[in-house]
Amino acid sequence: MTTTSLTSSRGAGRAGDKVFSGAALTAGCLILAVLFGVALFLVIQAIPAFTAPAADIQGGEGFFAYIWPIVIGTLIAAIIALAIATPVSIGVALFISHFAPRGLASGLGYVIDLLAAIPSVVYGAWGAAFLAPQISPAYGWLAANMGWLPIFQGPASATGKTILTAGIVLSVMVIPIITSLSREIFLQTPKLHEEAALALGATRWEMIKMSVLPFARPGIISAVMLGLGRALGETMAVALVLSSGALTASLIQSGNQTIAAEIALNFPEASGLKVSTLIAAGLVLFVITLAVNMIARWIISRHKEFSGAN
Amino acid sequence: MSKRIDVKDLNVYYGNFLAVEDVSINIEAKSVTAFIGPSGCGKSTFLRTLNRMHEVLPGARVEGEVLLDGDNLYGPGVDPVTVRSQIGMVFQRPNPFPTMSIRDNVLAGVKLNNQKISKGEADALVERSLRGANLWNEVKDRLEKPGSGLSGGQQQRLCIARAIAVEPQVILMDEPCSALDPISTLAVEDLINELKDQYTVVIVTHNMQQAARVSDRTAFFNIAGTGKPGKLIEFAETSTIFNNPSQKATEDYVSGRFG
Repeated sequence: MTTTSLTSSRGAGRAGDKVFSGAALTAGCLILAVLFGVALFLVIQAIPAFTAPAADIQGGEGFFAYIWPIVIGTLIAAIIALAIATPVSIGVALFISHFAPRGLASGLGYVIDLLAAIPSVVYGAWGAAFLAPQISPAYGWLAANMGWLPIFQGPASATGKTILTAGIVLSVMVIPIITSLSREIFLQTPKLHEEAALALGATRWEMIKMSVLPFARPGIISAVMLGLGRALGETMAVALVLSSGALTASLIQSGNQTIAAEIALNFPEASGLKVSTLIAAGLVLFVITLAVNMIARWIISRHKEFSGAN
Repeated sequence: MSKRIDVKDLNVYYGNFLAVEDVSINIEAKSVTAFIGPSGCGKSTFLRTLNRMHEVLPGARVEGEVLLDGDNLYGPGVDPVTVRSQIGMVFQRPNPFPTMSIRDNVLAGVKLNNQKISKGEADALVERSLRGANLWNEVKDRLEKPGSGLSGGQQQRLCIARAIAVEPQVILMDEPCSALDPISTLAVEDLINELKDQYTVVIVTHNMQQAARVSDRTAFFNIAGTGKPGKLIEFAETSTIFNNPSQKATEDYVSGRFG
């Protein structure tokens, strides 16, 4: 019997370990460096916009007066998009994972994944050329019948190129992302927990409520956050669909603007302080995204004890 | 509150594959019936047909009759959901709902079907069920903590509490102790002995000593070879199966001379 010394190490295995941990560390550092670089660039380039005299900023009332209407516009568009996309996506994902016959499910999953690959300019063109004219009669009806609500106040846009249309187009773009991720998570629900619910006499829907949705909750939140990231940052579709203007409460009039579309539309002809202003707007978008993600992390971590990970 | 089960000429299929062939068995009310046999002999599969959990798997189906006090579980118009609420099940691995507290786990089955229950009633039911599962003293101070924080044996008893909270007619146990240490196993076995005063208990086990300790009657299942269907070889009083079996295969298996 040969004795091996405790201090000797298996050369090859140890080297593999080192390479792998080195690669992982590099990747981790790289993403932090990129993020930091972007943030640094935004801050440095944006400083002139913050320090310039108010009168020099577009609109003539300073950066804050310039930015807050488009921040609100961005949030409105994103909220509309998520309000539509989240329930639809979860429904579609549940259908694929737990209700559809197997053949249909894989076909449907494939189609959904394909939707995510369509360039945003196509969605924008579809929204502007097809959806907006089709939907404008509905806006007319909303203005006539529910006009007492500030968000549906008339006169409705005749072209249909409103923030609500933009939100709907964004939701169509976000649905494949949320659906795809949610479906993967739903499929990973442990059989054990599904059977626990069924054995207690749960119907299919009750089983989903008891075991699938609680298990998938953090994943759904992450999926929605990724979708939100796309909705917040989408430029092309909004730029094409929305006939922008001043901030207005009504969702069915033309008006409102989002940060990303504002930057895209103005950047080509901008120079000097105008560039700084737009980059500062980008910085604000960056901060909003960061804040939303932190809130999402906090929501997930609040329920850590009950996550089943212990 | 307990009912007997009579199975007549049951064939169990996965798709076209016949997994269990021609089983007829009479399970007495308020007794413990153990299913023993080698791995893959179809005893777990057969157990799952008794509360229609078998058909949860795609392509799985059953031919024959399972009568619960004379009512065929596979009769036309019978809802598997109703069947499962009357015939509870405990699984091989403890599976409390990880996102629920201990209390909510016990109440999970009761809250199904939109049954309304007052807080007082719920509290009483939680205590009664947890006492029934010999778990009350260990968890009474942490009912709001997650069920997944308990030890494996405690989790399994929590699952038993969850099953008895809905007051089923029958409790099926699919190797309930195979993931537990000896002390937890003993706790669950003691519990099975108490449960048979009120419930019909059917337990699948790999552990022959366990079958001998807890059951009144024992069914021995065997399989002729890979790809062949499992069959019920012998069903008798537990003492007969272990001391004086009528079949050679049973004797070989219980004496460890299996091959």
